[in-house]
Amino acid sequence: MNTKAFNMTKGERLFDVLLYVFLALVMIVTLYPFLNVLAISLNESVDTVRGGIYIWPRAWTLENYERIFSYTGLIQGFKISVLRTVFGTIVGLISSSMLAFTLSRQEFKARKAVSVFLAMTMYVSGGMVPVYILMRQLNLIGSFWVYILPGAVSAFNVFVIRSFMDGLPYALQESAKLDGANDFKIYYKIIMPLCKPVLATIALFLAVGQWNEWFSTYLYNGSKANLTTLQYELMKVLATTNQGGAMTNANDMAKQMANISPESIKMAITIVVTVPILLVYPFLQKYFVGGMTLGAVKA
Amino acid sequence: MEALTESNVPANESVNSSTPRKKKSNGLWKSFAEQKYLYLMSIPFVIWVFIFSYLPLWGWTMAFQNYKPSKSFGEQKWVGFDNFTRLFHDERFYLVLRNTLVMSGLGLVFGFIVPIVFAVMLNELRGNTFKRTVQTVSYLPHFVSWVVVAGIVSKMFSIDGGIVNQLLMWTHIIDTPIQFMAQGKYFWGIVTASDLWKETGWNAIIYLAAITGIDKELYEASRVDGAGRFKQMFHITLPGIRSTVMVLLIMSIGHLIGIGFEKQFQLSNNLVTDYSEVLDIYALKYGIQIGHFSYGTAISMFTSVVSIILLLSANGLMKKFTKESIM
Repeated sequence: MNTKAFNMTKGERLFDVLLYVFLALVMIVTLYPFLNVLAISLNESVDTVRGGIYIWPRAWTLENYERIFSYTGLIQGFKISVLRTVFGTIVGLISSSMLAFTLSRQEFKARKAVSVFLAMTMYVSGGMVPVYILMRQLNLIGSFWVYILPGAVSAFNVFVIRSFMDGLPYALQESAKLDGANDFKIYYKIIMPLCKPVLATIALFLAVGQWNEWFSTYLYNGSKANLTTLQYELMKVLATTNQGGAMTNANDMAKQMANISPESIKMAITIVVTVPILLVYPFLQKYFVGGMTLGAVKA
Repeated sequence: MEALTESNVPANESVNSSTPRKKKSNGLWKSFAEQKYLYLMSIPFVIWVFIFSYLPLWGWTMAFQNYKPSKSFGEQKWVGFDNFTRLFHDERFYLVLRNTLVMSGLGLVFGFIVPIVFAVMLNELRGNTFKRTVQTVSYLPHFVSWVVVAGIVSKMFSIDGGIVNQLLMWTHIIDTPIQFMAQGKYFWGIVTASDLWKETGWNAIIYLAAITGIDKELYEASRVDGAGRFKQMFHITLPGIRSTVMVLLIMSIGHLIGIGFEKQFQLSNNLVTDYSEVLDIYALKYGIQIGHFSYGTAISMFTSVVSIILLLSANGLMKKFTKESIM
């Protein structure tokens, strides 16, 4: 909007000032916790106990980071988290873009049936216990694939990509057909390159989802030391909090990390878990705004 | 999205492979052959969805059995509605249901209003750099997990050095630090506030996009007619995003009871379970940790069925009164 200064009343100018102050406050409230965690993670852990660290470390040190990186559980968790994020994102992108492509083809005979079949899954789900039993019967418990397979096809993502594809000119596909390209070729040679913006958005959704997911590890692979993820390792460390911490059912985990880890160590792990995903989003920001809109309008 | 009420007989079901291909009358087989790549690209994923999304629905039969994992389907003992009877006679269930409804209700009201207000406020900003900075910062918490958020939140509310207690002491609102995380009466507020902190910026994206879609001439015309910025907000901006608001409202009502449990699970501890336990955690405890699969399934099934009823009624009501609907 560009209301010109000359037709602004006093009330409107006051409103403007309040608006700026309020939104600046919102920014501080959003950012402060992150800065505080970062400052504590960079502060000597003995000194941290004295309190009074806000957004600037008092006694700088990288020792907390050195200590957590010598903890093998963390390195191992990092590896599994990266693997599941990369695999999960690739598998999710392939499945949802292929399905979206077939659904965007008006002449595809099974189009309606497949759409309805998919859409149903957005509203009805079997629930935690039936899914757990299924994973047991499929022998996925205690395996890496339980992170990838169950969520690989998401109806929401399919519909977001489909509505983007619907906006592409059909003439492109027709001319490719005349040149003798089959449907699969049209998909990966013509449509996919044009879908980069929406694919970037979906890739971000998938990657964030995979990186941040902890429940499947808790439920299926908690006892598999070589398959736990970074989030789960962080959960174990935070669970050792002495005063009414962040966990229920932490008994089994607390045993594994019997010694209470000092505040600075906890905050350093929090930073390690947080930073990789925060590094991704500024690059994709210009895409996901469009993707979000597309998704919510259609789905 | 396609109407969900229509019959969904797969179009290719009646394909009969023994029919000779050359017959002109058999268009079905011909189109199947012509579209073989499209079928090849969709069928594997349809099977995938069937396995991971539809087979669990079959698992609902467990709710009517005394399910034993060691036995085959034929050998299970059927118990009718016993598991539901037990569920509806369990006092804990009503406590958990109350927690679920209160927290999702709070989430619905605040999680719905605050992002709209935030989007409208952002839209009122003239400085583009400031606007973009606020926006970028506001997305930040959306990208971190509930595990991280729970760690951060308990740090902020802690009694030794937590900023919340520090501020309250500094302004002399309280004299001694409050153990926020250890008292049930604060739990609902903390969950709602954490959720707002995490998702407001992200949820505002959609409203901002809707506001951008409003015809600029409306604002200019209203200014000529002497409308101030408040009038413009209430008579142009808000009505302009009405249909987006309605669609999202219907969706959130559908999720009212199945709100999930991540935040409750991560933020709670043994001291506050009477306020933090929601239906999904209850199902997890009884269904999986204690191993009473049938009872757990009954809880999940109750949740799903209520969700669908809520969604359909919300959709029906909106359709009737405001002509907006998602189906």
